[in-house]
Amino acid sequence: MLLRYLTSLVCGLLFGVGLALSGMPRPLKVLGFLDITGRWDPSLIFVLGGAAAVATVAFHFILRRKTPLLAPSFDLPTTKIIDLKLIAGAVIFGAGWGLSGYCPGPAIALLAAPNVEALYFLPAMVAGWCLYGLVGWGLERARKS
Amino acid sequence: MESFTPYSALIGGVLIGVSASLLLWFNGRIAGISGIARGLVSSDRAEFLWRAIFLAGLVGGAWFFYRLTAHAGYPQLAPHSRPGFPPGLLVAGGLAVGFGTALARGCTSGHGVCGLARLSPRSLVATLTFLAAGIATTYVVRHVLGFQ
Repeated sequence: MLLRYLTSLVCGLLFGVGLALSGMPRPLKVLGFLDITGRWDPSLIFVLGGAAAVATVAFHFILRRKTPLLAPSFDLPTTKIIDLKLIAGAVIFGAGWGLSGYCPGPAIALLAAPNVEALYFLPAMVAGWCLYGLVGWGLERARKS
Repeated sequence: MESFTPYSALIGGVLIGVSASLLLWFNGRIAGISGIARGLVSSDRAEFLWRAIFLAGLVGGAWFFYRLTAHAGYPQLAPHSRPGFPPGLLVAGGLAVGFGTALARGCTSGHGVCGLARLSPRSLVATLTFLAAGIATTYVVRHVLGFQ
């Protein structure tokens, strides 16, 4: 159990150094990529491409194993359907990304160099998560009654 | 204005990929940041702890990088607030990023890195969709509304 916490810490550290080095916690870097009609900065595709390339090769071998090294089983998403929830969620997320220049990882990395933007963005993001929970709870209640 | 930085972007991306691979290999978990953070509200102590430790590591790693580079004379590598950028866009953006990642069950790391690496069609659709929505929204914010 303790070893699992240690690997969590190491993975978090690597992720944080990677994010900071990639420059993605700087919103102008992200928006420079999303703004394809401006002076385009393709850096983000190198970040995403580099990460996905390494993970694709590694996952291929890791997922051939029956179990991970330190846990009884792999905990993978089971949903496979492509539905309105997925599309609507991705559209809303993408819109928020374009409005602000932050996605969740870089936004949390802001805590390493806090500025006034973190003060507005982070509580709003947490409120968005809570709002989703609240809406889901409300729908569930409406369905039962 | 930011310029194209292919090497730091690629090496940063590789580190993120290594992190996601180690987390899956050792702990059997997906390194999706929105999922990890949302799961903090768990009644299970071990569930809470690994997530909190991972996120603390993420902040610690970034902090270490910013400290080191500022010391070496590159303070501009750390994020700085944009003068004159409307707080309303940050609040609306935060709400949308939170709600949208919860609804789609994943963000740039969960769908974009780990989902693509698992060759999940669902994640491919999500990634293409949020990229397209991001590009369209940025166009409106920058070139229609005129906010930089």
